[in-house]
Amino acid sequence: MAIEDRLGAVILAALVLYALSGGADYGGGMWDLLASGPRASRQRAAIEHAIGPIWEANHVWLILVIVVFFTAFPPGFAATMTALHIPMTAVLIGIVLRGSAFVFRRYDARDDAVHRRWSVLFGAASFFTPFALGLCLGALASGEIRVIDGRLSSGFFAGWTRPFAVACGLFALGLFAFLAATYLTVDSESEPDLQEDFRTRALTAGLLLAPLAAVTFLLARNGAPTIFGRLTSRWAPALVGVTSVCAIGALVALWYRRFHWARAAAVGQVACVLVGWGLAQYPYLVIPDLTLTNAATVPSTLHAMQSALAVGAVVLFPAFGYLYYVFKRRQVPPPGDWHRRRQ
Amino acid sequence: MTDLDFARSQMALSLAFHIVFAAVGIGMPLLMAVAEALYLRTREPVYLDLARRWASGTAILFAVGAVSGTVLSFELGLLWPGFMQYAGGIIGMPFSLEGFAFFTEAIFLGIYLYGWDRIPAVLHWLAGIVVAASGMLSAVFVVMVNAWMNAPTGFEVVDGRVTNVDPIAVMLNPASSGQVVHMLLAAYVATGFVVAGVHAFFLLRDRANAFHRHALGIALGVGALATPLQIASGDVIARMVAQRQPAKLAAMEAHYHTGAAAPLTIGGIPDDAAMTTRYGLHIPWALSLLAWHDPSASVRGLDSIPRDEWPNTRIVHWAFDLMVGAGSAMLAVAGWAGWLWWRWRRVPDERWLLRALVVAGPLGLIAIEAGWVVTEVGRQPWIIYGVMRTAEAVTPMPGLAVPFTTFTGVYMFLSVVLVYLLRRQFIETDPRAVRRVRGGPLDVSRGD
Repeated sequence: MAIEDRLGAVILAALVLYALSGGADYGGGMWDLLASGPRASRQRAAIEHAIGPIWEANHVWLILVIVVFFTAFPPGFAATMTALHIPMTAVLIGIVLRGSAFVFRRYDARDDAVHRRWSVLFGAASFFTPFALGLCLGALASGEIRVIDGRLSSGFFAGWTRPFAVACGLFALGLFAFLAATYLTVDSESEPDLQEDFRTRALTAGLLLAPLAAVTFLLARNGAPTIFGRLTSRWAPALVGVTSVCAIGALVALWYRRFHWARAAAVGQVACVLVGWGLAQYPYLVIPDLTLTNAATVPSTLHAMQSALAVGAVVLFPAFGYLYYVFKRRQVPPPGDWHRRRQ
Repeated sequence: MTDLDFARSQMALSLAFHIVFAAVGIGMPLLMAVAEALYLRTREPVYLDLARRWASGTAILFAVGAVSGTVLSFELGLLWPGFMQYAGGIIGMPFSLEGFAFFTEAIFLGIYLYGWDRIPAVLHWLAGIVVAASGMLSAVFVVMVNAWMNAPTGFEVVDGRVTNVDPIAVMLNPASSGQVVHMLLAAYVATGFVVAGVHAFFLLRDRANAFHRHALGIALGVGALATPLQIASGDVIARMVAQRQPAKLAAMEAHYHTGAAAPLTIGGIPDDAAMTTRYGLHIPWALSLLAWHDPSASVRGLDSIPRDEWPNTRIVHWAFDLMVGAGSAMLAVAGWAGWLWWRWRRVPDERWLLRALVVAGPLGLIAIEAGWVVTEVGRQPWIIYGVMRTAEAVTPMPGLAVPFTTFTGVYMFLSVVLVYLLRRQFIETDPRAVRRVRGGPLDVSRGD
């Protein structure tokens, strides 16, 4: 494996982790906006509780994607950010409003009317942002963004304004909504009625996902021919098979209330979808003109980058593990509970 | 305004907005860690309340800093694709390391904010130390990138292509150490003064309040200690600019004519056409003394720079004077406070000093904004000094007035909300009141 391929794999891996963590946070925001029924406010509280301590750390995966992208593949980054200026700006505005609304809501929650106003902004941005991200990924796969002699020649609307990109955006929404609802069934284990609410939501989203996936796949025939060709040949049946098994497995596990199994299957499903997209896209960054090889920067930087990533991973993963250990384990008061005792 | 102007304005706006949160994100964790260390040592509950209260303010500011920082990382490509295509592979190393430092900061801040009742006391304090250290490190790496734009080293250009990149040489470029130290100290000064100003305000109303007295002690201690160091680091960095970026120094000082024994110009209205500064205060020899530590040394003026390589003299000069003025005022207040502190052997609460501290509260942040204007506008028309012009780097995207207007609206909205929320956080003079905020990280009623 060439070094630029390894760094491409790092970008894909970071994207998968972003989808699994940050993506679920978007999904949480969607369910916050859609909270309904007699337990709506408890649903919101559960979502807030699940996202609260970790969303900023989850969000950094996206920054890692961007940083590795522009360090290792500067021409690819320049072309992408120019061609997708409009949807990327939309993503940014969504990220800013969403993060701010979430934290403002915590501190500005004196009455329910105010709480609701921030919730609406938070929820709306949670829909809007992943949709725009989906548009961008769809555009990269479309083959319509052209870079001739190092210059972008396809203008500012290529790719992301097509039906295929829109389908990718909607698919991203569905995927994250499903993922979040499935996570929340596990997080709300101590409250069975709440758990049932999230189970219903997960099942609904999971079932809606199937036609969405089919439409996206069919639109790819004309909208992203390179990807479509890959997904209908060679190794693809195996991967599509695994994805389908995960998807169906998740639904079955939700039906039989095996929530931990459902969560594992949903994680597998989301990872498979993104890895499948990555493999179908390989070796292109931007189909058809920029590849991992022709957009790679100088070797010395690639090697330095690789070392930095290795060292960073050694620091990062244990820290992340600790964060999740502290906040996601079963909630009993820890032995060294000195703050509470004092009060 | 051209699209280039809009792109520059949008970048300037985003940086100006973000830098406040970045600076406070470096300074606040230090204050929190000091307060919690004092609690662990003395077991005085007031210190624990202090750490918790500061932490809740930091939570709001850090979140906005995280999202506004994300905006910047995207904007590098959205607005300056020419720069990123050229330099992405050169400055990527410090940016990646910054990414990891920020990651670490976000993770441990999560542990710190939500872990009060979940992890042992000493581990909790250590999490705070990690937040403070990684916040400092991210600033180090980001400022290294900016320093490289001022002093591009560590790469070669062969046939128009960047090659032979040495990431270590890039990071340790000649401007790095000076700029990094100046920015870190700026963050501590600004945070120290702004926090001291807030608590001085409340002490003026209620001088017996132990909570605000202890808070003032810590914040003033950090701010007052860092201020003289910052003045010294400013002197170092000014001499570096004199050597490496004569156009920037000339614009900072509104110095048009190259010559020995150059005078220092304070204030006034620089006039590029007439090559003179009207109504300014001119102090003989002082510029030569400051730039070269030699009253008779020759200092290059703008007349030695090709006209199309001049920065905007008025903006750079006025911003520089504003920064130095704010710094001098803070030094005076810090000296006054330090003297009283030493004489009384306790946190000084003299009424006029408290009033001065309230007035001086925003000066650190003002100095930071002005300082970044000096270094960024002073580097123009270059985006990479002497290598690439800003005009070559800008995106071909038309209609940049639209995103500029949009982001201006978003940032104005966020600023208004933030001021309102922070004001309310502080207006509750009862330190226990903050825990009543529903769902907040200090909310112990959730039964976690």
